[in-house]
Amino acid sequence: MAAEGPTIDALSQFMLTPALGALGHSVNFTQANVFMLAAAALTLGMLYFGARPAAIVPGRLQALAELAYEGIYNMCTDQIGKEGRIFFPFVFTLFFFVLMGNMLGMLPYAFTYTSHIAVTFALAAMVIVLVTVVALRIHGLHFFSYFFPDGAPKLLAPLIVPVEIISYLSRPVSLSIRLFANMVAGHVMLKVFASFVVMMAGAGVIGVFASAAPLALIVVLIGFEFLVALLQAYVFAILTCIYLHDAVHLH
Amino acid sequence: MLRPTRQATRAAFRGAAAAAFLAATGLMSAAQAADPAHEAKGGMPQLDFANPLTTAQVVWLAIIFVVLYLLLSRWALPQVGAVLEKRANRIQGDLAAAQSAKASADGAVAELTAATQQAQATAQAEIAAALAAANEAAAGQAATLNARLDKQLAEAEQRIGAARDAAMGALRSVAADTAAAVVTRLVGSAPASGTVEQAVDAALAARRG
Repeated sequence: MAAEGPTIDALSQFMLTPALGALGHSVNFTQANVFMLAAAALTLGMLYFGARPAAIVPGRLQALAELAYEGIYNMCTDQIGKEGRIFFPFVFTLFFFVLMGNMLGMLPYAFTYTSHIAVTFALAAMVIVLVTVVALRIHGLHFFSYFFPDGAPKLLAPLIVPVEIISYLSRPVSLSIRLFANMVAGHVMLKVFASFVVMMAGAGVIGVFASAAPLALIVVLIGFEFLVALLQAYVFAILTCIYLHDAVHLH
Repeated sequence: MLRPTRQATRAAFRGAAAAAFLAATGLMSAAQAADPAHEAKGGMPQLDFANPLTTAQVVWLAIIFVVLYLLLSRWALPQVGAVLEKRANRIQGDLAAAQSAKASADGAVAELTAATQQAQATAQAEIAAALAAANEAAAGQAATLNARLDKQLAEAEQRIGAARDAAMGALRSVAADTAAAVVTRLVGSAPASGTVEQAVDAALAARRG
């Protein structure tokens, strides 16, 4: 998807198109979903081929699979407590779904499904629904005391309770917009500077040399984007763990 | 034997990933070429909720996510967990074996120390007994030797006394004879037998006293 003409077209990379031919067209299966399948396949493949040698001294792929397993497992147990074991597969799925989406998006011609607010909000809504269900399941109606901290003056209840409710409801919004905005911003920036390179290189001899500057910037930005890809997946997973901790322990 | 299989696995994995990626991009670009309806209308495609694909992808997201969750929690993650558990068990077993080996080694060392101490004590006792016996024997021998020496000494003294007395007796008669001879030579006549002997006795007594 190169820039067409002299205009910078930074947003067409987020355009959804049906994939898998006529069949995909008939069920509105988009290229975003193709990459979701790829992310799922990569995650499952990493674990399956990583666990298959079952060596006492792990090879590279096995070390990767074990690192992924133990990293997320420790994140769950550290953040949530020993109850975190129940949520480990969910947090693992969430982390690798987001991470693989971000990372696959760094491949040329690839589509970044985490750059769609509909996708990130769906993930965040799932997290918040799960957190609320878990909290209600464990604490019953006592869960609603979460919106009024212990020891706060009763007089301030009309102020504190709405604030707490708004803060609780804004969690999925912040969770989804953080990931969405990070991915969109990174990819738009890459596209803009890449367009600069093409436009400057087309503007004559001086332009060819001057285009080295945005090219160098792209190199730096790509490295930065890989960091953001990992970091945002981590943030998404750890915030989920923190919310689950609140749901399990209340305050 | 492990190495080629792992490499083959890796190669197969890479091949599969590359094939999936190529197929996906190929299908995508074909779809894009065939579908010019969704051209950029200005504004973010993410917020274009009029496009049915925006919500459709979420439905597929839900399906794919749930399937991924089920596959991970029921199939893939337990495999890795089993590998980790196997290693933990192996380490635990090795540690226990090392612990028991250490315990038995400690027992052997204690046994050795006890045996050494016992042997030392026995040897000490035997040395002491031998020393006492030797001392006793030496004392006995010394006593008998002393007694014999004392006896010989006493006999010798007795013999010396007898010899001296005999010599003294002989000396008296020799002195008396000599004195009688000297007197006879000087005076011309032999003195009376009693006087010379008396004078010798008096002179002997004066020497002794």
